[in-house]
Amino acid sequence: MNPSAKRPPRQVTAGEPQAQVLTFKINDIDVSAREGETILSVANRYNITIPTLCHLDGLSPYGGCRICVVELKQSGKLVPACITCPMEGMEILTHSQQVMESRKKILELIFSERNHVCAVCVSNGHCELQQLATDLGLTHVHYAYRYPHLAVDASHHHFVLDPNRCVLCLRCVRVCAEIEGAHTWDVMGRGISSQIVADLNQPWGSSTTCTSCGKCVQVCPTGALYEKGKSVAEMVKNREFLPYLQEMRDRKHY
Amino acid sequence: MTLTLDDLKHVAETENQRLSSYQYRINICVAAGCLSCGSGELKTTLKEEVKQRGLEDRILVRGVGCMGPCSKGPLVAVQPGNIFYQGCSGADVDALLDSLDTEPVERLRCPADHPFFAKQHKLVLENCGVIDPERIEEYIAAKGYEPLYTALRTMAPEEVIEEVSRAGLRGRGGGGYPTGLKWSTVANASDRTKYVVCNADEGDPGAFMDRSVLESDPHRVLEGMAIGAYAVGANYGYIYVRAEYPLAVKRLKKAIIQAKRIGLLGENIFNSGFSFDVQVRLGAGAFVCGEETALIASIEGHPGKPRPRPPYPAASGLRGCPTLINNVETFANIAPIIRNGGDWFSRIGSAESKGTKVFALAGRVKQTGLIEVDMGTTLREIVYDIGGGIVQEGTFKAVQTGGPSGGCIPEQFLDMGVDYGSLAKVGSIMGSGGMIIMDQQSCMVDVARFFMEFCMSESCGKCVPCRVGTAQIHELLVKIIRGRGEMSDLAMIEELCGLVKDASLCGLGQTAANPVISTLRYFKDEYLAHIQEKRCVADSCAKVIITEAL
Repeated sequence: MNPSAKRPPRQVTAGEPQAQVLTFKINDIDVSAREGETILSVANRYNITIPTLCHLDGLSPYGGCRICVVELKQSGKLVPACITCPMEGMEILTHSQQVMESRKKILELIFSERNHVCAVCVSNGHCELQQLATDLGLTHVHYAYRYPHLAVDASHHHFVLDPNRCVLCLRCVRVCAEIEGAHTWDVMGRGISSQIVADLNQPWGSSTTCTSCGKCVQVCPTGALYEKGKSVAEMVKNREFLPYLQEMRDRKHY
Repeated sequence: MTLTLDDLKHVAETENQRLSSYQYRINICVAAGCLSCGSGELKTTLKEEVKQRGLEDRILVRGVGCMGPCSKGPLVAVQPGNIFYQGCSGADVDALLDSLDTEPVERLRCPADHPFFAKQHKLVLENCGVIDPERIEEYIAAKGYEPLYTALRTMAPEEVIEEVSRAGLRGRGGGGYPTGLKWSTVANASDRTKYVVCNADEGDPGAFMDRSVLESDPHRVLEGMAIGAYAVGANYGYIYVRAEYPLAVKRLKKAIIQAKRIGLLGENIFNSGFSFDVQVRLGAGAFVCGEETALIASIEGHPGKPRPRPPYPAASGLRGCPTLINNVETFANIAPIIRNGGDWFSRIGSAESKGTKVFALAGRVKQTGLIEVDMGTTLREIVYDIGGGIVQEGTFKAVQTGGPSGGCIPEQFLDMGVDYGSLAKVGSIMGSGGMIIMDQQSCMVDVARFFMEFCMSESCGKCVPCRVGTAQIHELLVKIIRGRGEMSDLAMIEELCGLVKDASLCGLGQTAANPVISTLRYFKDEYLAHIQEKRCVADSCAKVIITEAL
């Protein structure tokens, strides 16, 4: 039985500094973490880079893309760093051969799933998926491309949804439900036929819940959500607003 | 007014008197299998005929639960005498009634000493096919709800857990986690609100154990849940049943109403101060909702998608409260354990797996249906004695256990005793109890493709390895079956299987590759025949290609 199963992570609130500290190892370096902190946030503090895709600071953890997998040295098991809390004495490898190979294969699977053609994409050069491929040294995909037929939704006044470029990270769903509070986006279908839909699969433009705030567009890691009028490589996303919003909320300005 | 033990005994006595007042009792199976081949109409016709002949005082015609050999239905049993009939229809009513005072109808007879019955050990299924599932009085007459009284009035919660731990009962949903340990984890949580959930979202292709138990003996499951709730300190329970089991749902709901009416559920049961209420929740047809965190999400009204563990539901489950989740069969084992003691239970079965296991025997054996055997019974006994051997004198090729999460076991392991450990050793799992027998007609590549297609379409789509990985493996298997496979495809399948297994979020993904891995391990020659000789050993793949082209 996992010890942490018996004791759920304690909620740490401001003004309560006596959080329990535990020590463990990342890449054979001794590190310390507060109870309830994820491996990813500890690694970030120690300047160890773990690539992520579905994770975005300020949104609830999801653990879907599996790009951030790290290896537990003792058991050889892979766990996602963005949602796994370390335990005392744990040893974690963030760049072992197994980890690097798995990340690459997972990234290849993502590329093979939809129609990711960088040369004609509005986000070319500003795309997190493209950046991941560069970082992980992915030069080609050796799995068969699935080439699904997916319709583009350009019914909204300002924005476009191109599901061909969607990686189902669900950042849009989470930001819309958790930050904007509109919950316009959700997922339709399951498995390989999952798709992002507005309301109950309405054209985005006719959605009665969308506030046109554009937060979904800004958090989207690829060119799946973009502003109208942007041409190839012109869509640059601004994600600074999310930590800003969080801070303002903490200070009760909003 | 609360129920007392005397009240319970009175109900049992009255019911026993009622039953023994009839000279003959004709039991007709009214579980889903027999109902689908006309046992409902048979029951009505029989009743009418008995009425017309004016024999209502002598002969009782009643519906009972599953008797086992489901492929031979509708099944009828005449008591006393224990005379089994198979394949009965409305045309046989006169013959059946005429035979009561004379000799049995030989042409319909199914010998009760057939190894199918003789080799089984019915513990979970002891009331199935014996009592009327829609009458709580019959369950009480079969000593039902006495264990609940024993637990509530004579044992402390810790003693109940101790008894279950001593029994060595392991979770029957597939994982085999020690039930006593799970119960004590939930019991140790200090939260005031706790829940008990019964997982009846049985979704494996070819598996119908939980359905049969719920349809044939719903009170046993309710009783197990109530005892579990008392042990862990919960006052509220849910039964999560898939909506594809309308009859099970109907009988469960009826059972809950009956139990509430006489005070076996609700406030202050047996004047013990313990209250327990149960609700039924319906699944909407997603296999992944059998995974406990997805099931909890579904009960809460969210999409049925799993979340990472820990925290385990025992620490933080339904609505964030400690939640005890057990499978139908696990709960059905509780009442006998309390009645006869943990030591009694631990003497049944094999060294590391105690008790019995219910299997849904399906596929190419002569006698299919619902069976229950001691843990450690060999596959050979199950296939050749209970199952009666392969149909049309064919040759045994493999047995698939554990559904889409399990594997295919070849002939060389036929003499292996079936328990959690032995199945895991040969690359399969116990699973919930589906057992599909295959003969020389089955193409193992196609079997792997079938289960991969199932996992692909049942993947929730949350994590990439399961969502895209299963689709990629499926595509490669189809390619091989169509005769377009290359040797490099085989390597890619192996690579993807490893990734899906290691990097997926929940049990569905982590085990989705098992059917492929196990067929690759034991039947690689079939894959090679498809790839190198463009030939199917079983001659069945041509059909696959045709059906896919349509």
